[in-house]
Amino acid sequence: MPRWPWLLLGGLLLLAILTGLGAGPFPLSPAEVARLLLAGPAAEGDAAFVVWSLRLPRVLAGLLVGAALSGSGAAYQAMFRNPLVSPDILGVSAGAGLGAALAILSGLALLQVQGLAFAGGLAAVGLVYQVAGRVRRHDPVLVLVLAGVAVGTLFSAGIALVKVLADPTVQLPAITFWLLGGLHAITKGDLVRAAPLVAAGLIPMFLLSWRVNLLTLADEEAAALGVNVPRLRFVLIVSATLMTAASVAIAGIVGWVGLLVPHAARLLVGPEFSRLLPASLLLGAAFLVAADTLARSVAGIELPLGVLTAIVGAPAFLWLLARSGRST
Amino acid sequence: MSRIQALGLSIGYGGAVVGEEIDLALAGGEVLCLLGPNGGGKTTLFRTLLGVLPPIAGEVRVGDQPLSRWPRRELARFLGYVPQAHAGLFAFTVEDVVLMGRTARMGRFGSPSAHDREVARTALERLGIGALASRVYTRISGGERQLALIARALAQEAETLILDEPTASLDFGNQLRVLSEIARLRRDGIGILMSTHQPEHAFKVADRIALLKAGRIVAQGAARDTATPSRLAALYGARVEDVASSLPTFSSRP
Repeated sequence: MPRWPWLLLGGLLLLAILTGLGAGPFPLSPAEVARLLLAGPAAEGDAAFVVWSLRLPRVLAGLLVGAALSGSGAAYQAMFRNPLVSPDILGVSAGAGLGAALAILSGLALLQVQGLAFAGGLAAVGLVYQVAGRVRRHDPVLVLVLAGVAVGTLFSAGIALVKVLADPTVQLPAITFWLLGGLHAITKGDLVRAAPLVAAGLIPMFLLSWRVNLLTLADEEAAALGVNVPRLRFVLIVSATLMTAASVAIAGIVGWVGLLVPHAARLLVGPEFSRLLPASLLLGAAFLVAADTLARSVAGIELPLGVLTAIVGAPAFLWLLARSGRST
Repeated sequence: MSRIQALGLSIGYGGAVVGEEIDLALAGGEVLCLLGPNGGGKTTLFRTLLGVLPPIAGEVRVGDQPLSRWPRRELARFLGYVPQAHAGLFAFTVEDVVLMGRTARMGRFGSPSAHDREVARTALERLGIGALASRVYTRISGGERQLALIARALAQEAETLILDEPTASLDFGNQLRVLSEIARLRRDGIGILMSTHQPEHAFKVADRIALLKAGRIVAQGAARDTATPSRLAALYGARVEDVASSLPTFSSRP
């Protein structure tokens, strides 16, 4: 395995972080950013405040959300043997969104928002998996995608209903703003509470990363090679959904990242999951920080992050879909 | 002691019964060949013997225990499976595909060790495809994929193998290579249960033949006594004289 993909990924990540910390209404050069970071959070001055208090939490949130969505996307694609799925296409993001919207409507604390987001995400992926498993006469790849779209739409309708019921002065703006997907409102406290959940999802994925490869085979093949397929798939669904829900709870529904990034990472390091997972995490973190930097600096007003990722993601999905008819 | 045994087995899925009253037994160092038309229940039988489908009635025994008592990992060290070559979905290297055969011998959270890589290399060399190791599995020919899947089963180092039409997608040269590899595994004491659509391959490597039609074993025994032209003709709905003349083994007989 050559080392250049890892150097490239590390370089992209570093570039995204330095640009993300430097760009904005108060521009700072990468050298200045590095100096301020090395000086520590106690440094005096406006520049230090901008980097440490305004931009760093946002960049860290980008790293966390990008890595979580991409890592869970890579896992969903392997465990469902389907390169066209991702947290949002499977309806997991919408399910988590509904759970979180209900929690916001009820005025619950972030921990409960996360808990309900997780429950909603699990319900969505469970439903999609059950439905797709019963349809045998069609192309399984497309059935899973279609089931995901339907379940996602159902949960989105639930979210719309929550918005109708929400108090229009306080709750509705909060829910709407959050649903657009973005990192603008994330606080340090959000980060501290979401990071352990993402880590809790990642640990089993790393430990089981070799075995995840075998889930891309037919069930009887994986079983004959010594894998307890239902148990492994269950552990991975829970892990990936936990990561997705943690990111939806703090950043709303940021689409397409979980679909695109694993594809790009696979082009760089191949499909072997113990390489694909870290590559997806690095690339996803870099991609989302870069997209967020663009979203807040390309125009006078801030663009919603989810809109930006969709502009890149949807055409790429169509391209993948067109290509999937041929053998890949 | 039988390596694998079906006792009064009924097979099927989703409420549909595909086969009934199946009795089979495979010993070590023996090749048992399953012949039968498409849709006769071979794949369902294999899935049941591998423990992926539960039996509807009867029992599967592996070694001296019921199949249901075997933990997956233990079972994979004892019983290996070679499916028909598939296209593959993700672009794994051939080496990675073969290394997957080592999974049951790694720790639960393990990944391939240097020793695993050496075993995989050896398995590839043994089938004459060592040069394919770093090629991408989805981009080699169907025959090469089949050989890679057999190499994966060799890397698994199981004492018993189930092979689903191992020669189906191979050219003549690779068919001979696979058949001679099967003969060599048999000499090493491996028990092999395989299916094929080519009776002459069964005659070449099988100690015993079982004929499977519409989910029932219609005949079972020593190769030449079991797969007679008249039985094969009945099995496949062909004319007896056509069968006899297409099988060199029988065409010289009166």
